[in-house]
Amino acid sequence: MTDTTAQTGGAVATPARKGSLLEVDSLTRKRNAAEARFKMYGLSAVIVGLLFLVALLATILSNGTSAFTQTFITIPVPLERAEIEAAEKSIVKTSKYRAIIGTAFANVLSSAGIETDMSAKDLDKMMSSGAAASVRDFVLANPGSIGTTHTFDLLASSRVDGYLKGRVTREDLINDKNLDAAHLDIVDRLNAAGIVQKRFNWQFIFGADASDSRPEQAGIGVSMIGSFFMMLVVLVLSLPIGVAASIYLEEFAPKNRFTDLIEVNISNLAAVPSIVFGILGLAAFIQFAHLPQSAPLVGGLVLTLMTLPTIIISTRASLKSVPPSIRNAALGVGASKMQSVFHHVLPLAMPGILTGTIIGLAQALGETAPLLLIGMVGFIASNVPDGVAAGFLDPNSAMPAQIYEWAKRADPAFYERAWGGIIILLLFLMTMNIIAIILRRRFERRW
Amino acid sequence: MSLPILVFVLLALSVAGYVLGRGRAMASAGGDARKLHSLPNYYGWFGFLVALLPAALVLLLWLPAQSVVIDTQVSAMISDRSAAESSRGLVMSDVERVAEGLDLAVDAGVLTEEQAASIRTEFTDVRERLGEVGVALGSDVTSETLQAAQRYRALSSTGDLLRTLAVVAAALAGLAFVYRRADSTFRARNAVEAVVRWILILAASIAILTTVGIILSLIFNTVEFFSLYPAWDFFFGLTWSPSFGGGSELGILPLLWATLYISFIALAVSVPIGLFAAIYLSEYAGPAVRAVAKPLLEVLAGIPTIVYGLFALLTVGPLLVDIFGDGGVLGVGWMGGGTAVMTAGLVMGIMLIPFVSSLSDDIINAVPQAMRDGSLGLGATHSETVKQVILPAALPGIVGAILLAGSRAIGETMIVVLGAGAAARLSLNPFEAMTTVTAKIVSQLTGDADFASPEALVAFALGMTLFVITLGLNVIALYIVRKYREQYE
Repeated sequence: MTDTTAQTGGAVATPARKGSLLEVDSLTRKRNAAEARFKMYGLSAVIVGLLFLVALLATILSNGTSAFTQTFITIPVPLERAEIEAAEKSIVKTSKYRAIIGTAFANVLSSAGIETDMSAKDLDKMMSSGAAASVRDFVLANPGSIGTTHTFDLLASSRVDGYLKGRVTREDLINDKNLDAAHLDIVDRLNAAGIVQKRFNWQFIFGADASDSRPEQAGIGVSMIGSFFMMLVVLVLSLPIGVAASIYLEEFAPKNRFTDLIEVNISNLAAVPSIVFGILGLAAFIQFAHLPQSAPLVGGLVLTLMTLPTIIISTRASLKSVPPSIRNAALGVGASKMQSVFHHVLPLAMPGILTGTIIGLAQALGETAPLLLIGMVGFIASNVPDGVAAGFLDPNSAMPAQIYEWAKRADPAFYERAWGGIIILLLFLMTMNIIAIILRRRFERRW
Repeated sequence: MSLPILVFVLLALSVAGYVLGRGRAMASAGGDARKLHSLPNYYGWFGFLVALLPAALVLLLWLPAQSVVIDTQVSAMISDRSAAESSRGLVMSDVERVAEGLDLAVDAGVLTEEQAASIRTEFTDVRERLGEVGVALGSDVTSETLQAAQRYRALSSTGDLLRTLAVVAAALAGLAFVYRRADSTFRARNAVEAVVRWILILAASIAILTTVGIILSLIFNTVEFFSLYPAWDFFFGLTWSPSFGGGSELGILPLLWATLYISFIALAVSVPIGLFAAIYLSEYAGPAVRAVAKPLLEVLAGIPTIVYGLFALLTVGPLLVDIFGDGGVLGVGWMGGGTAVMTAGLVMGIMLIPFVSSLSDDIINAVPQAMRDGSLGLGATHSETVKQVILPAALPGIVGAILLAGSRAIGETMIVVLGAGAAARLSLNPFEAMTTVTAKIVSQLTGDADFASPEALVAFALGMTLFVITLGLNVIALYIVRKYREQYE
């Protein structure tokens, strides 16, 4: 016993032999370096991925937030009875209103002490071409205002708006036939006088789309309604159908060819490109069934078919997570198979099912490609649908389709709108996902 | 009776069926629910379903049948002469518009019902009269169209009447059946459950129906396309130049080339990043890092593709031009415009990172811990374990994940529509604008082309090709993934 201890003691005392684990030789050093490098690769991959996310979000925010403010020109317009009657009698009514506004604007300039040798027509270019229509709408809605002087906040043209937001510079205007640097000098002085101001732009959130020449008027509100009706269709159809299909596959389906066929179909449909669903919608719903083009109903049907596999897959997972003891207990006290599922398993799986459905809806809300094929682009979604039936059947756009439409237009003023639209879309998606997460956290049950 | 009212009446009759079924059963049991075979509500639901389902089936079959019958009857009235001038379909849509206008005129009180059925173009200016109620017609109404429209209205109103009668009769027959059958010995629960079971089966079959629908809608239109345009030229043509005046060259190869090129770049970006991220997150990262980084990466997957499209068009494209374009940082002048294969590929790569990483993560986690322990126990470093044990073991699954990502890339639409350009060309330069299969499906079907022209129909042939390619990739990928999973379970 003492011998062995002495021997080991001696072994420690002797210098480490070649190849000892304690001495770091060149091979080990190389291997350790490789290890560190490998770990670095992994870490940098994660960081690069996160950087992409940050870059994407930063781009969206920096380009999109300006869409939420808009430049307005505050002008007191005297609404003389004689002038308005003359304008209403003429054929091009809004151009007469333009003239009224133009005179009022010139008065504003002179009372603010801004000297200019520009003609009224040139000054008019600083205002949106939709300004006259909005004055006329006000007069028609409030006939009592005729004879008084009413102060209007009129939209400035998109160039003026772009100048105040830093998108348009004096150099850009050299080749621009609409506006020149002299206009911008006036804008600067009006801005200092508080007559031209940027304000929060409710019209962008609730308003309708406008034609190519009036980016300052375009809003996403109407297409938001289109998206809403579409999501209604998706929810009403895909939740019951998805749940029914999952219950069958998870609880009742016998193991046979037919069941296998359904399973294979579902997993394949989940991976079919979304544009193919658009082709299906075009051929089946519009060509074959003659449903109206561009209608949210058709869009909803197509998106339902597209989201069904997602919902079925998540519903099956939450049905599967209900332990068999629940089913056995129900069967044991005399419930039928159907009763055990509908009275016990389904309510317990409901939070999971709802979470899956919300995530499916969020996916459907952001989907664009199939909507392009059933005609939800290419026109101006200018009217708020009147009534529920019109909401489903009248041509409308959807938020992502509207964003695509803006991205395609030539005027860069629309790009700002597209980014702004994306912010709204992402806010909706974020809200839906947060609701889903809260539902999951709040009701998740560990068996 | 108009359709919404009819549906409402049908629902009301079904509710009556519920009350009747429940009431009859309770009456036959003398008010004592314990004497019934099933719970009282099952008798009610039995009544509801028997009143509703047959009548609803009649209604669903009637709707298309009626429109087909009326169409054939009315289009038989249109002489061949006017059908030769414009297509029969156009004349029919004119007839429908006039009929609709007459309906509106009657509703608005401009015409009485008899006038609407008897006015003649010889005596009245129908176009003007209809214009008064807000129905604008492109041309004057010929007497033939007007007569056809009047016939159309007459047939429609007869059809609607018959439809109402048939549906209500079916619902009443159901009620009668309930009245006779609902008594205490009737096994209502079994009957209701059998029906519910069929409803469940029907819902599950929608997946099959969707696939069949996709295949049919693709095949019919593709066959029509190939009858107008030779299949050989489509599959092996080297030029894509549709011209709506005719004489288009519709070769798929340039589109397919760009699709594969963009997908290749996307995979070259996403596979290394995604795979390394997955390895790091599952093998190295602590729980805290994992809990933050994994959901954040997955946010990238939840962002809609239109956002990526805009990102490519307005941010990445101009950025790449600043680097590789004329007068750019590198001074190489390779890139003319912002839209290019590289732009779309890079952005698509970003989109696919979370897809690759979460799939690979699952697969790496499925490798049994014993294999890791064995390798580490033999003295391998962590990275050697990953490279020599885990990755080879997970390889089939990772290949499956890459194939799935590839199929996602090939089918992606919005990024290429906005980021890749519109000109089809066969070129090796990744900084040139090219166009893909999906982008051309969109442009051919959203243009002004006549739906029956080869220029529009080609989109279905493109869709068919896309569907077959992605389906093939998916089937192979799912097969590999499934087979691999079985090894360790």
